[in-house]
Amino acid sequence: MSNIPQDYLFSSEHEWVKIEGTKAKIGITDYAQHKLGDITYVEMASVGKVLNQGAVVTGIESVKAASDIYAPVSGKIIAANNALETEPELVNKAPYTDGWIAQLETTAAPVGLMDAAAYVKFLEGLEK
Amino acid sequence: MLLKNTVLYNSHIKLNALMAEFAGWNMPIHYGSIIEEAKHTRSKTSVFDITHMGEFLVEENMSSPSLDKLITNPVSKMKEKTCRYGFLLNEAGGVLDDLIVYRLSAGEWMVVVNAGTIEKDEQAIKTNLSKNAKFKNISENIVKLDVQGPTSFEVMKSIVGEPLRKLKYFQFDEFEFLGGKYIVSRTGYTGELGYEIYIDASKGLELWEMLLKHPDVKPAGLGARDILRLEAGLPLYSDELTEDTSPVEAGMEKFIDFEKDFVGKGALLKQINNVSRKLVGLSVEGRRTPRHTNKILVNNIEKGIVTSGVFSPHLNKGIAFGYIATEQAKEGTKVIIDTGKGTIEATITIPPFIKETSIRKQL
Repeated sequence: MSNIPQDYLFSSEHEWVKIEGTKAKIGITDYAQHKLGDITYVEMASVGKVLNQGAVVTGIESVKAASDIYAPVSGKIIAANNALETEPELVNKAPYTDGWIAQLETTAAPVGLMDAAAYVKFLEGLEK
Repeated sequence: MLLKNTVLYNSHIKLNALMAEFAGWNMPIHYGSIIEEAKHTRSKTSVFDITHMGEFLVEENMSSPSLDKLITNPVSKMKEKTCRYGFLLNEAGGVLDDLIVYRLSAGEWMVVVNAGTIEKDEQAIKTNLSKNAKFKNISENIVKLDVQGPTSFEVMKSIVGEPLRKLKYFQFDEFEFLGGKYIVSRTGYTGELGYEIYIDASKGLELWEMLLKHPDVKPAGLGARDILRLEAGLPLYSDELTEDTSPVEAGMEKFIDFEKDFVGKGALLKQINNVSRKLVGLSVEGRRTPRHTNKILVNNIEKGIVTSGVFSPHLNKGIAFGYIATEQAKEGTKVIIDTGKGTIEATITIPPFIKETSIRKQL
């Protein structure tokens, strides 16, 4: 099992969220990037857009498929990771750090997310 | 249906390959990164397990072989020890398969066909050959390895020896190595200098391991192969070529010997300068990838369909093949590709997308 950051929360769609006060950084998990394969394109999230938890934040493409990234928490997008415009492979190389997708100003506490231990168990269930 | 494994299956697993179904076979898609494997093939050399493809031997009268009537390749005009690309067609001119013919001797040919069409091709060829012709499907006994990349001559020379140097593009010969005599052709599906080796299945693993020991060589899977062939402007059977498309629509008349008779010729002759759609290249402005069955729009009207698309790691943009209405099939035409989840701007381009490669390198 890859290193899963202990202070993040995780969705069943394999997004992560790192809550820092009223702000939250979001991205996709190591499991998700591995399943997608080489990431070739990340659409820049629209700053200013307000999302409910579970809404589409933006799109991501890999050598295999195009997919959507869902908001693991409700909030307003305040930043997109512009580095991914030219280096989308950062999502593969560092999914939990340099490969973050967007930053939100949260409007509500996230509901129904897993902590690291629960997400590890969730992944083990998928591998069976 | 139970998937077939090549003799290299255990080696693929040891190399951490992601395996997936392709044409009834369990094949390696990649060994970690499709993009890294594609890049390695254009900078050093990759080896691909292509054992799933089929090989037939045909022996018959050298002056007027019945094989000549069944496929578009110039079977009886080809020089010995050369290969030619061509098609097996139905009466309507639709493509049953694209294939490469090797003239082994005056009256002996090897026909190399796609994995998914082996049975259909065997049926179409075997049952229509003359009674005096001998046909043998030797696919089960052959391991086919593709060694591709700008340094592939040095790699292959270390196994096959200096005589390999004489092979020019689309030539082949039998060479002695690993205790036998095997066909090596200077051909491939990547646009790079490269070789295809047809070796006895019992020696396949030994050759594979020997190739992987060379410092320039890494294994590459079908994912990288798809990127490389698309960058090189080469069609894939079942995407660009199907029973419902003709080589004229695909712009491949140069691979057809119109001086002879062959199944489908009548239909093709009627199509020349008279097809309603043409195969074109599509070049995206940016990193998005058009995909199989995406619609192609011109001025908001549907005018065509994407047959296959990839992200090109060498051009850093999406590239694709598609069929588009003939009147729109002009280089430079701006089109919109509707992915179903958004739109991508693209320009009609004449393939190959990558022109500067090692394919015709002087050795």
